[in-house]
Amino acid sequence: MHDATLKQLSDALAAGRCSSVEITQGYLDRIRSSGAEYNCFITVDEARTLAQARAADERRAAGHAGPLTGVPIAQKDIFCANGWRTTCGSRMLANFVAPYDAHVVERCDAAGMVNLGKTNMDEFAMGSSNETSYFGLVRNPWDKARVPGGSSGGSAAAVAARLAPAATGTDTGGSIRQPAALTGICGLKPTYGVCSRYGMIAFASSLDQAGPMATTAEDLGLLLNAMAGYDPRDSTSLERAPEDYTRLLGQPLAGLRIGLPKQFFGEGAAPEVLRAIEAALAQYRALGATTVDVDLPNMGLSVPVYYVLAPAEASSNLGRYDGVRYGHRAAEYRDLVDMYEKTRAEGFGPEVKRRILIGTYVLSAGYYDAYYIRAQKLRRLIAEDFVQAFKQCDVIMGPTSPSTAFEIGAKAADPVQMYLSDIYTIAVNLAGLPGMSIPCGFDCAGLPVGLQIVGDYFSEARMLNVAHQYQQATDWHRRVPPGRA
Amino acid sequence: MALELDDVKRVARLARIAITEEEARSALPQLHGIFSLIEQMQAVDVSRVEPMSHAQEISLRLREDAVTEADQRDRLLAVAPAVEAGLYLVPKVIE
Repeated sequence: MHDATLKQLSDALAAGRCSSVEITQGYLDRIRSSGAEYNCFITVDEARTLAQARAADERRAAGHAGPLTGVPIAQKDIFCANGWRTTCGSRMLANFVAPYDAHVVERCDAAGMVNLGKTNMDEFAMGSSNETSYFGLVRNPWDKARVPGGSSGGSAAAVAARLAPAATGTDTGGSIRQPAALTGICGLKPTYGVCSRYGMIAFASSLDQAGPMATTAEDLGLLLNAMAGYDPRDSTSLERAPEDYTRLLGQPLAGLRIGLPKQFFGEGAAPEVLRAIEAALAQYRALGATTVDVDLPNMGLSVPVYYVLAPAEASSNLGRYDGVRYGHRAAEYRDLVDMYEKTRAEGFGPEVKRRILIGTYVLSAGYYDAYYIRAQKLRRLIAEDFVQAFKQCDVIMGPTSPSTAFEIGAKAADPVQMYLSDIYTIAVNLAGLPGMSIPCGFDCAGLPVGLQIVGDYFSEARMLNVAHQYQQATDWHRRVPPGRA
Repeated sequence: MALELDDVKRVARLARIAITEEEARSALPQLHGIFSLIEQMQAVDVSRVEPMSHAQEISLRLREDAVTEADQRDRLLAVAPAVEAGLYLVPKVIE
């Protein structure tokens, strides 16, 4: 049962073949016995989780169940959940018990889903390997000496190890897609504004976006249906007619035009990664798609632009952690400023401090135009490249990550090496476009390779169709790490 | 642009993060590396480009000027490090 999809669990519950309590207990047992191996959960509260499962069963008995009522999922520890410790992977919030629910959590609760626990993540979502968490690194279920990717590494590892059928994640520069690629699962970052950021601890407000992580494209659609929606409390939340993201899954792919940017297939990508991508493209052609070369000439600047904008926005957002209203406060201080300085020095890890320093610098007097404004202008050029490309194709594809999962510690020495892990994902966040990663093969070491699919604004349903049809013809998404079956 | 030790200390002060001489010294090469990355931005002519902050052309929503928040003072104070008489306690600010 632990290898079931959200769809299968939903059907089983609807048919009365099992209860939410049974399913949930099964996952909790697996988490208790092997969660520590991967360190993918920061907080598990079995009593609270089972209470939700019982409530879901009661709701079903009363005739008020929806498609996901009683289905358990894990929540990335960046989402405030009322009464749950919510740490964002940081010492700064190590003992913070959220007094309210994020909008995404409210919607999952309203759908009757059960919260299996809060997953581990890079501190304040800053990282591509889940090595920066105050609560220890997460191990890749495919090879425990390797990283699962980040920042949603805990969510990815939990789903890959079948400790949860699905999980929520967030993606600011690739933090859903890259860990999905490195752990052989599916992850989607929707168009910016589709999911509310209310209660989602802020890193870079113009880039952050919540999204689903699961083992199939269909499941991504089911979970996105629950997560997405207008929220007046998030000023960037878009007011649009609700849609069923699973409505196009069955559509045949004949006539699909796939754009291949040369910038995605250059020197940076490992040969084995490119081989798996080429095999996936051959499969798509067999399904009736055609490919066309497209050009994203400004894409090479996306990493520098991101490492101005994201730290700048982070330096502003993380200014709220001052030891006054919540979170860590230093034990001893001379005066108010000393309290702030010590609290923040103690509460933040080195990568977070690095990014706050960069951000503060690029926003400071005399540098704002040369760095922040210039980056915002380059951002427009990067976004416009995609707009032009989508005139010639329906979706864009390429590798999600330049390499498969790297060894723990391999990129710790030089932050820039770590930043380059996101070379294919970052431009999508800058442009605000939807992007997803699905598994498409393995390298010689048995490590998963992810195929990135980028769509035009609000084309998530079409992207899920493109992924789903591939998953009807292949079985990469059904592969489970050794020992996790 | 060449970042120096004094810049690191100045920026840390602006960011209200205490930093020792040792930490500032070891941060410097890493910050240099990141700034080298960022310098690549200078290569492109952006004189005729508008800055972009949001993918969609939207403007900030307005709403009725009416009270919508409920009184949650007790719940919110419960997560604070130090409170007294319904107020957050901090070191004396005014001399």
